[in-house]
Amino acid sequence: MTQAPEVPARSRAQISDRTFRKDPWWQAPRITATLLTIWVLYATVRVFTGHWYFVAKDHYLTPFYSPCVSGECVPGSSSLGQWWPAVPPVIPYAIVALVFVLGFRTTCYYYRRAYYRAFWRSPAACAVREPHAKYTGETRFPLIGQNLHRYFFYAALLIGILLTYDAAQGFRGPDGNFGIGIGSLVLLANVIFIWGYTLGCHSCRHITAGRLKNFSKHPFRYWLWTKFSWLNARHMQFAWISLGTLMLSDLYIMLVASGAFSDPRIFN
Amino acid sequence: MTSEIDRLSYDVVVIGAGGSGLRAAIEARLNGKKTAIISKSLFGKAHTVMAEGGCAAAMGNVNPKDNWQVHFRDTMRGGKFLNNWRMAELHAKEAPDRVWELEALGAVFDRTKDGKISQRNFGGHEYPRLAHVGDRTGLEMIRSLQQKVVALQQADAVELGDPEAMIKVYAETTITELILDGPEGAQRIAGAFGYFRDTGRFVLFEAPAVVLATGGIGKTYKVTSNSWEYTGDGHALALRAGAKLLNMEFVQLHPTGMVWPPSVRGLLVTESVRGDGGVLRNSEGKRFMFDYVPDVFRPQYAETEEEADRWYDDQANNRRPPELLPRDEVARSINAEVKAGRGSPHGGVFLDVSTRLPAEEILRKLPSMHHQFKELADVDITKEPMEVGPTCHYVMGGVEVDPDTGAASVPGLFAVGEVSGGMHGSNRLGGNSLSDLLVFGRRSGLGAAEYVSALEARPAVSEAALTEAAAVALEPLERAEGESPYAIHSELQTIMNDLVGLIRRESEMKTALVELDKLRTRAAQVSAAGGRAYNPGWHLALDLRNMLVVAECVAQAALERQESRGGHTRDDYPAMSPEWRKVNLICSAAAEGTVSLKRQPIIPMRTELLELFDISELKKYMTDEELTGLSGYSASAAAEETPSEASEAPARKAGE
Amino acid sequence: MGYKAALRVWRGDAGAGELADYQVEVNEGEVVLDVLHRLQATQASDLAIRWNCKAGKCGSCSMEINGRPRLACMTRMSVFSPEETLTITPMRTFPVIRDLVTDVSFNYAKAREIPSFTPDPSVKPGEFRMQQIDVNRPQEFRKCIECFLCQNTCHVIRDHTENEQAFAGPRFLMRVAELEMHPADTADRREIAQDDFGLGLCNITKCCSDVCPEHIKITDNALIPMKERVVGRKYDPLVWLGDKITRRAHKDTPKVPGKK
Repeated sequence: MTQAPEVPARSRAQISDRTFRKDPWWQAPRITATLLTIWVLYATVRVFTGHWYFVAKDHYLTPFYSPCVSGECVPGSSSLGQWWPAVPPVIPYAIVALVFVLGFRTTCYYYRRAYYRAFWRSPAACAVREPHAKYTGETRFPLIGQNLHRYFFYAALLIGILLTYDAAQGFRGPDGNFGIGIGSLVLLANVIFIWGYTLGCHSCRHITAGRLKNFSKHPFRYWLWTKFSWLNARHMQFAWISLGTLMLSDLYIMLVASGAFSDPRIFN
Repeated sequence: MTSEIDRLSYDVVVIGAGGSGLRAAIEARLNGKKTAIISKSLFGKAHTVMAEGGCAAAMGNVNPKDNWQVHFRDTMRGGKFLNNWRMAELHAKEAPDRVWELEALGAVFDRTKDGKISQRNFGGHEYPRLAHVGDRTGLEMIRSLQQKVVALQQADAVELGDPEAMIKVYAETTITELILDGPEGAQRIAGAFGYFRDTGRFVLFEAPAVVLATGGIGKTYKVTSNSWEYTGDGHALALRAGAKLLNMEFVQLHPTGMVWPPSVRGLLVTESVRGDGGVLRNSEGKRFMFDYVPDVFRPQYAETEEEADRWYDDQANNRRPPELLPRDEVARSINAEVKAGRGSPHGGVFLDVSTRLPAEEILRKLPSMHHQFKELADVDITKEPMEVGPTCHYVMGGVEVDPDTGAASVPGLFAVGEVSGGMHGSNRLGGNSLSDLLVFGRRSGLGAAEYVSALEARPAVSEAALTEAAAVALEPLERAEGESPYAIHSELQTIMNDLVGLIRRESEMKTALVELDKLRTRAAQVSAAGGRAYNPGWHLALDLRNMLVVAECVAQAALERQESRGGHTRDDYPAMSPEWRKVNLICSAAAEGTVSLKRQPIIPMRTELLELFDISELKKYMTDEELTGLSGYSASAAAEETPSEASEAPARKAGE
Repeated sequence: MGYKAALRVWRGDAGAGELADYQVEVNEGEVVLDVLHRLQATQASDLAIRWNCKAGKCGSCSMEINGRPRLACMTRMSVFSPEETLTITPMRTFPVIRDLVTDVSFNYAKAREIPSFTPDPSVKPGEFRMQQIDVNRPQEFRKCIECFLCQNTCHVIRDHTENEQAFAGPRFLMRVAELEMHPADTADRREIAQDDFGLGLCNITKCCSDVCPEHIKITDNALIPMKERVVGRKYDPLVWLGDKITRRAHKDTPKVPGKK
């Protein structure tokens, strides 16, 4: 017993159980996967529908169709002009923006975490063994492309401006003067959350001042950085809420445009 | 058996990888010496990480009036003039350079508005003086030194192809014996013997110089802020090697340790809570510290709550709040309040910062305290007061060393940091520990390097010494029958806590010595079950031997010193005595694992240092004959006041 | 409120071992480490546990409690119900020394690969001037107590030992970020962060942040900002074009060589 032992070859504790976690760790990825799937299905159906996207009377345009650049777009819905003649609805009318909106969300640091966990299960939850034999992270094609997130962010800024314009249009009553309906408020809320999400972006934080070594030499950029960092700390919340408001505002406009009910006006 | 021992050769072996050990090792390596750092725990986990408040250095960044003389005066006052004045002088003079050096190694201190290192107020320091990082200054210090060791290794990797060629860390390694060489009476250090905790394999470090940087002895007490490592290893190694321990009776009880829940009783609540505005209240809601300001400190402390509160914003025109008295005073006052029946529900008093600062500021200034109370006691310190009471925190006593080099009386042996004695006198000021580690860490590293350079021949380790060290270490494992080391350790802690604790009595200490004697006999028969690989029972059995011998030094010295001073409060001798100030108590090893004690006169302070003080202040501490000849002294003036008796009235009250 | 808790503790060495069942007394206010100590003092004196400060400040007592990587000294027994059986295992990512103690030398080896703090040599000690807002970021990362729970949890090495060479782990990628954000540091570690320390392997699933006992926002404040900096050095086409046009040469600091 008191023999001096040689230094043994050491290995990890051989434990075959995948995890000893007793909490319902599988819940969060399931919820994420379900919600994302619902949203993607809804959005896919909607962008290919090709109608019920614009309420001419109230100047409400759903964010899924902005900017409406197809020659097929109904009169008044094309804020940036119609760039090509009629195309079949296999190509969404707002194809120009949708590519970037999807790209921005797909390469977003929060959504990456969400879908890596929910769909790829890499890992599904912390300290739970993942099912893959090999793992290369974001070092190879296509995932190395995630590094282009900042370009999608630049585009998202432009889209944010456009959606702000669209929301402002929603405050024009049927007579063209200022007016407020429930739809105006829905679009306004949506655009506020979109901005909250966009400006809380990690790339935005980096570009604003995060890349600097000395904040003190750039007081204005630092001030902005503190604000964007506040949003960034709530990036997950803004990501989900803005996803929800996008869908809800689209749903609302679809219902009004389809004539299911008319927009209750609060003022003019 | 000795063939089973790993033999390693170094120039300098540093035992202990806390602030002082790392600083010493860095200095030895910078002086070209092949250096080993030995750590009982993992690299970077040493007890220094527990230091919260800061590192005292008179940089004058916040108040430009601060300078080394003021720091020196504060240190001497805090230690009740029993300090080794040369150490206090070196410490005050060199601390700023050591802090700036640490910053150049990558330490990131909190800043002032003009970008310098910020400094905070602390008990006993006249000006804001503690360089700090929130309330985790010790962690910052140890990480910076750790990263400097890594940087040195990186340089060696490039230059020599091996990062560990010149400086190597042996983590989770315990030294059980120092090996000596030479004839009886002229022995010098030849090496250090110990074991690797993970495998239990024995190891011999052959080295002409050993720097002890093992920290303190807190684990001999039940209620302590110290971790398991603090078993007095360095103190005991030094004793067994023939060196002397100085003034071991002075054990600092930090006034504010947690008192609830029981499992964390003793855990430190940083003094910064008070430095940043926290106040102490009893169960009646009274700020009782105003009743306990001793005469010697009366001129510097506020007499009303209003003045004390104004001080936080305007220190030039107001006096300090009494919550910031030196630690020994505050600890005794809390003890007195609890004994008088005005304590908190779990036997402490209330430390309140929640009504004094906005929640946001508390979170910024005291993040780890907030975290600690939230997680461990379920108390939100931004909303409720904390319950606190005294806890064994630091031993002022330690290995007697040469102030300039850290050399102990045995050639080749050096000691630094808490394991060394003298610097802090009878009571250490908060913040003076971290600076002590840096100042004397560097000095002892240099001292060891110079000692090695001056050697003509390297000492040799005898096989006999090695065989004996190995046999002693194996005893607890080989004994099939015997008591559990855990049980004996627990009894030791109870004895020290109850009989040689904050307030001491002759009869109790005599009982303690009898009990310690019995424990020593029983400890020699403990048995540890299991094998040699990472066996904590075995480790404790070996540490127990060290704790027992140190506890005996503490108890003997405490019984001998018939006065109350700093970290030593006698119920039966409540006053501070100028005659006793002239005496150091020296503990050394005697036959069969016992210790012996002798009195040794102090070295008188240099005149120019004495003259930094007001003569009226010196009279409170010193005898007339010591002051004769000083400018401003007259015998008639001396007769006007009788210094000691009246001045310590609150302390006496505390003892009742 | 004393009760007997059921514990299943992994015991063994060199990888081989099993869960052993114990019944241990629990008192009010105790943490898991207290209960393990009682187990050690009363039933299993040779149970190996690594611990030190018992105050959440040193990061020694890292282990997995009911499958979750935690500090035993900061896990209160009151978060479990008295009927619950606690499963306590060593950290799974590191080799076991014995029982709950693991060999964490992997981390110390990684630490040695990162180029150290490199101040401008013309700035002498005492001359550093830094604003609080500039040191806030490195200070957050320097709160790290090196418990290595993040290293243990990160699936990149936990589930894929083949990545151990290529990946420094969250703690040391955070160390790179700390130095890159230090206002007085002059080295450029962006390229080695990606090429030698494996920042690209991180898929920001945030388990490191989730387990950090110091609540450092490792992913949001260190890893992602570091990824963005790497983009600026390696992947941003505009930056690349700008470099070509202005013929700007990057002074990348190389990785420190390891032991031969």
